[in-house]
Amino acid sequence: MSDAVATSQSILVVGGGISGITAALEAAECGKQVVLVEKNPSIGGRVSQLYKYFPKLCYPSCGLEINLRRIRANRNLRLMTQTELVGLSGTPGDYTATLRIAPRYVNDNCTGCGACAEAVQAEFDDEYNYGMKKRKGAYLPFNMAYPPRYVLDPRILGTEDAERAKAACKYGAIDLDMQERTVDLHVGAVIWATGWRPYDAARIQPYGYDRFANVITSVEFERMMDPFGPTGGKLLRPSDGKPAKDVAFIQCAGSRDRNHLKHCSRICCMASLKQSTYLREQFGDEGRATIYYIDIRAIDRLEDFYARVKADENVRFVKSKVASITEDKQTGNVILNGVDTEGYHRYSNPHDLCVLAIGMEPSVDRSAFPVEVAVDQNGFIEAAPENGAIFAAGCSSDALDVNRSVQSATAAALRAIQVVNRVAGVEG
Amino acid sequence: MSDLNTAMVEKYRNSFLKEVEANVEEGEWVKMCMQCGVCSGSCPLGPYWEHPPQEIFMMIRAGERDEVLKSTSMWMCTSCYNCIVRCPRELPITHIMHGLAHYAERLGIAPRQNPTRKFALMFWDNLSKTGRVNEPVLGVGLYFMNGIKEGIRTALRMAPVGLGMLRTKRFNPFAFLFHRGCKGKKDIHKIIRKARELELAKAAKFGG
Repeated sequence: MSDAVATSQSILVVGGGISGITAALEAAECGKQVVLVEKNPSIGGRVSQLYKYFPKLCYPSCGLEINLRRIRANRNLRLMTQTELVGLSGTPGDYTATLRIAPRYVNDNCTGCGACAEAVQAEFDDEYNYGMKKRKGAYLPFNMAYPPRYVLDPRILGTEDAERAKAACKYGAIDLDMQERTVDLHVGAVIWATGWRPYDAARIQPYGYDRFANVITSVEFERMMDPFGPTGGKLLRPSDGKPAKDVAFIQCAGSRDRNHLKHCSRICCMASLKQSTYLREQFGDEGRATIYYIDIRAIDRLEDFYARVKADENVRFVKSKVASITEDKQTGNVILNGVDTEGYHRYSNPHDLCVLAIGMEPSVDRSAFPVEVAVDQNGFIEAAPENGAIFAAGCSSDALDVNRSVQSATAAALRAIQVVNRVAGVEG
Repeated sequence: MSDLNTAMVEKYRNSFLKEVEANVEEGEWVKMCMQCGVCSGSCPLGPYWEHPPQEIFMMIRAGERDEVLKSTSMWMCTSCYNCIVRCPRELPITHIMHGLAHYAERLGIAPRQNPTRKFALMFWDNLSKTGRVNEPVLGVGLYFMNGIKEGIRTALRMAPVGLGMLRTKRFNPFAFLFHRGCKGKKDIHKIIRKARELELAKAAKFGG
């Protein structure tokens, strides 16, 4: 089926986050045949998990909706979810990609009514909410999931739950006999948009992410603001559900650190500045944010946003990398210890909650690529000639914010188009 | 002030950072500090330092030569290595602190009454004599470092520990008088003599 559309003039896009969606759409809207593969049951990626964008503080769901409409309207774009690239061989203009498609156990009769989810009893950690919430064994990944179709967790297969889901479906959409399939695809160029993952916070031992309930990461904090998220849109600290009105942000948590990630993750300063506005949004004058930083990296026009946040007297800036975190057992407060650089004052400051502005690392380990690609010392794919027609888009190429990811994706699409045009003989 | 110190002041006028880089062990790392403050915050003795490591690095770059070299701060370092482990730029902070202390001592401007300095010298004399530490002499020396009265008090307080060590053969009181040292005592002296020669030659080179 997929083989029919794919010719050596097709472009394969690996990863359906904002970069992959953008690259796929840009190429498809130029009239190229594009196959977009996504490992998860829905596209949208990490952008769909954000509450707001910086610096405009608008909602990512808005842009996502526009992109979904573009996808639906485009005949040249073929979307394959729950699909992973497991092998790639060939040369520019002539690659064979091996794709493994995991069974969804739900066919396209699904109307998204949700009867299966109601019938199923088993619950699992919700990946979309970083495990802060449970979801059913039959589920829609999130409200804006695309394709808007339910999924069965393979862990309920062979249990009564699977039968319950099948019985509950009025449309015959549940197919428990679906099998994993592997297909080969002939493509001319590959756009690699596998994105990023948050650095493992538990490895930053002095901050006690694995020991203290009230030390969380910035991505988890972001989920709390979602009205459908784990806390129903309220900033509540995990230990006792108390409103987190006094929040500390620790910058460079895992970034710019030779013990962890050597590079600057670029987004964390702006992310914390943005998240500091959530406190005022939620608690008014009672919301307080303290940002512990080495230096604030808000460049270009983002500097204006920094200036705006700085003008808020409820946001305090402490120039210091926090040395360690301890816990006040009585109150559950976290205590941040360190020495500030402006005057070398020693501090031990209690806060309701501590948010680690966690670093960004490539989601594919350098050893896990199905094909040899040149990566830099931080694991990001280089724009190297030896990568042939494999082009990195977005955070697989560098630590980027959404704005720059989209630019990078458009650039990758253009490079891929140049390759397939050469194949078609359009270019000399 | 020693001649060496005067010579160094002349040679590195207004460039204390260069002086540190050339003469202090691991001193070339000082410029890599990005002033994040993790070392100072991680130091278990941090509250007792006059200038925490982060500040020392900044003072070196600011050329505050006397304030740094005459400071007691780096003598506070107990080599716990917390700072090295946590430093995001992997600066060998512990070694730099010892390097600074040692350099100040070589120049003859280290704080004379600093107890860490006094003990370090006592330890070195004891060790270098025979190539092996004479524990009873060193231990008792440490008790009496701050006067006879305090020495007697400490010795009495520590007596049970000493007796316990005696019982378990961890302590040989006869070493007070008959300390054997190690076999190659003469070779060790030769090695130390040679090392000192090299060090003086290096200092003379920079001084000249």
